[in-house]
Amino acid sequence: MSILIKGGHVVDPKNNIDEKLDILVKDGIIAKVGGDTSEAADEVVDASGKIVAPGLIDLHVHFREPGYEYKEDIETGSRAAAQGGVTTVVCMPNTNPPVDNPALVKYVLDRGKEVGLTNVLTTGCITKGQQSKELTEMGELKSAGAIGVSDDGRPVINPSLMRRALEYAGMFDLPVMSHSEDLDLVDGGSMNEGYMSTYLGLRGIPKCAESVAISRDVLIAEEVGGRLHVCHVSTRNSIDAIRRAKKRGANITCETAPHYFSLTENAVDGFNTNAKMNPPLREQDDVDAVIEGLADGTIDAIATDHAPHDRDEKDIEFEYALNGIVGLETSLGLGYTNLVVPGKLTLSQLIEKMSANPADIIKIDKGTLGEGKEADIVIFDTEEEYTVDISKFASKNNNCPYDGMKLRGRVDMTILGGKIVYERRD
Amino acid sequence: MIKDLLGLKETSAEDITAILDDADKLKRELLLSDNKKSNLLGGKGVITLFYENSTRTRVSFEMASKYLGATAANMSSSGSSVAKGETLIDTVKTLEAMNTDVIIIRHSMSGAPHLVAKHVGCRIVNAGDGMNEHPTQALLDFMTMREKKGDIKGLKVAIIGDVKHSRVARSNIYGLKKLGAEVVLAGPSTLLPKRLGDMGVKVYTDVDKAVEGADVVMGLRIQLERQKKGLFPTVREYNKYFGVDKRRLALAKPDAILMHPGPVNRGVELNPDIIDGPQSVINEQVTNGVCVRMAVLNMVANGRRYEPRA
Repeated sequence: MSILIKGGHVVDPKNNIDEKLDILVKDGIIAKVGGDTSEAADEVVDASGKIVAPGLIDLHVHFREPGYEYKEDIETGSRAAAQGGVTTVVCMPNTNPPVDNPALVKYVLDRGKEVGLTNVLTTGCITKGQQSKELTEMGELKSAGAIGVSDDGRPVINPSLMRRALEYAGMFDLPVMSHSEDLDLVDGGSMNEGYMSTYLGLRGIPKCAESVAISRDVLIAEEVGGRLHVCHVSTRNSIDAIRRAKKRGANITCETAPHYFSLTENAVDGFNTNAKMNPPLREQDDVDAVIEGLADGTIDAIATDHAPHDRDEKDIEFEYALNGIVGLETSLGLGYTNLVVPGKLTLSQLIEKMSANPADIIKIDKGTLGEGKEADIVIFDTEEEYTVDISKFASKNNNCPYDGMKLRGRVDMTILGGKIVYERRD
Repeated sequence: MIKDLLGLKETSAEDITAILDDADKLKRELLLSDNKKSNLLGGKGVITLFYENSTRTRVSFEMASKYLGATAANMSSSGSSVAKGETLIDTVKTLEAMNTDVIIIRHSMSGAPHLVAKHVGCRIVNAGDGMNEHPTQALLDFMTMREKKGDIKGLKVAIIGDVKHSRVARSNIYGLKKLGAEVVLAGPSTLLPKRLGDMGVKVYTDVDKAVEGADVVMGLRIQLERQKKGLFPTVREYNKYFGVDKRRLALAKPDAILMHPGPVNRGVELNPDIIDGPQSVINEQVTNGVCVRMAVLNMVANGRRYEPRA
């Protein structure tokens, strides 16, 4: 089985490619990248006028299986990934029960393979049951296939335990993907503390609830080593703390999510629970800081924090509503529209943040279109504006604040291991 | 003309004035008359749905409904389906299915009335939602200010106390700004929400400065549990720095009025000598509460202004 992708503009930052080239895929592998390939293939894809890039790698998704299949499962989540051009996802372990043992790691990986629409990878928990009390068997988690550890959704409360986690996970070369948050400072808040929380009479979460916890974790990692990866950074001071530590040579990485560079707290007006997430949407100054952090390399990756919830968990009183939005179907469009169109990042930098760098953070041989690599490829259009339509999402739920928004950067085709797993038909 | 009363954020100056004008007439022609019975809401079903404890607001709404001839019923969260875990939307849909015309809702969550209004066709009146708004309280405050001061435009209104947690303060700010008053707020820094000044109000931590030259001084109720959460050290110190007493009230205009949404913590946010003093209009506020609620209920249930009886 072979596919020839003809005439597309190939963007492959790992190989410094940013030009019009053809790509020949044979038996699941990238066989050839070059100008005007005229070899015969079983299928020829006309990619003229389109961008051809390594499939996107999303370090932060919630596929909810096992336990919360009414929100999402590995099949619907994988379909959403394919539709969004995402060929590798990293699942967060806050399922029910949480993925804190090797059997569950294997279960998630096996289900992902059975479905076969995206590479499903998973983290395991940092602490047993995400209880912030005792470390998990991280060696066993790694042997079973976990690519990192995380208590996502909850912080590791005790700083000494965080220290041990970094030291212990570091021994197995596992990144600690930290949801850094000071719950005392959160103090029951449900949105960013700022003008909007005052205006709406909602309890606010101060930005220092995030920046204090990130500073803590960064300083611990700097001193004891290990591989700290900070999840979903959203405030200027958080980014500054990471930037300064990186300048000092600390071995840390971080990610942000598309909503932190595309929306502010103003989206909450009218008690919009589809604009409720954790960390909460911040202010324009923070959005600017996130974009600066992406541009100067402080922020390594863009990950969606794809977090489906059932309607009954969102269409309720704001403070009762659960945190999170779905993101897989919109991440490329939001990145292209908010970062590349206004000239904040080049397209190559965007692909770096959405594919090459995430691959490096979890140390997988992906995020590239190099010859001999597995053929995970996204083909997308950047010319035509399209309107986000949540009714077309593949995710089981469509808790999303972008419905009706006009974006550029729409996925036309997703190829996974040489197989077409998504093709746009409208 | 308002359809629902979700908050004064969502209500225009024109609609606020219309409600106040109707409330004035209803006070004269109905509440203070020999026969407090009208048929304005005859045949209408009104339910008060209260998820928080309340005495005065609830009774005030109930009296307003009954003076206007509505069929009124109460539902409270304890001892109801709510205690069995029914969602808010299911509860209000059930009430709507009884062909109810107006649901008056109080809820501890900001935005609950807005959520309800999206899901049911009957009219919704907000009787207090979380820290967001308490629009009928602000309307009765405005009615009282107009009675005592004539026009609200140009008045200096000083609101003192726990602004952060106060839906009364928020509704007053939104409404008073629309009506052209100058709004000044004061309280301890721990009880002033962030970026309050962006609402076009002046904010002080020195109560003396806020009260100086005011036409209206409004105390806010402080919940004593806030002390345990560390928001202020002691009731004694709170009263000393943020309570309004005779000396502080004297800094306002000589004919200033003293208001409070009630119930008052005597000797905490207001001192007893002024609560019962000549400048206090606290009891008149309660009377006017029934009037503005009658005006609002008539407007939302009938979709028209109050017409005096022939």
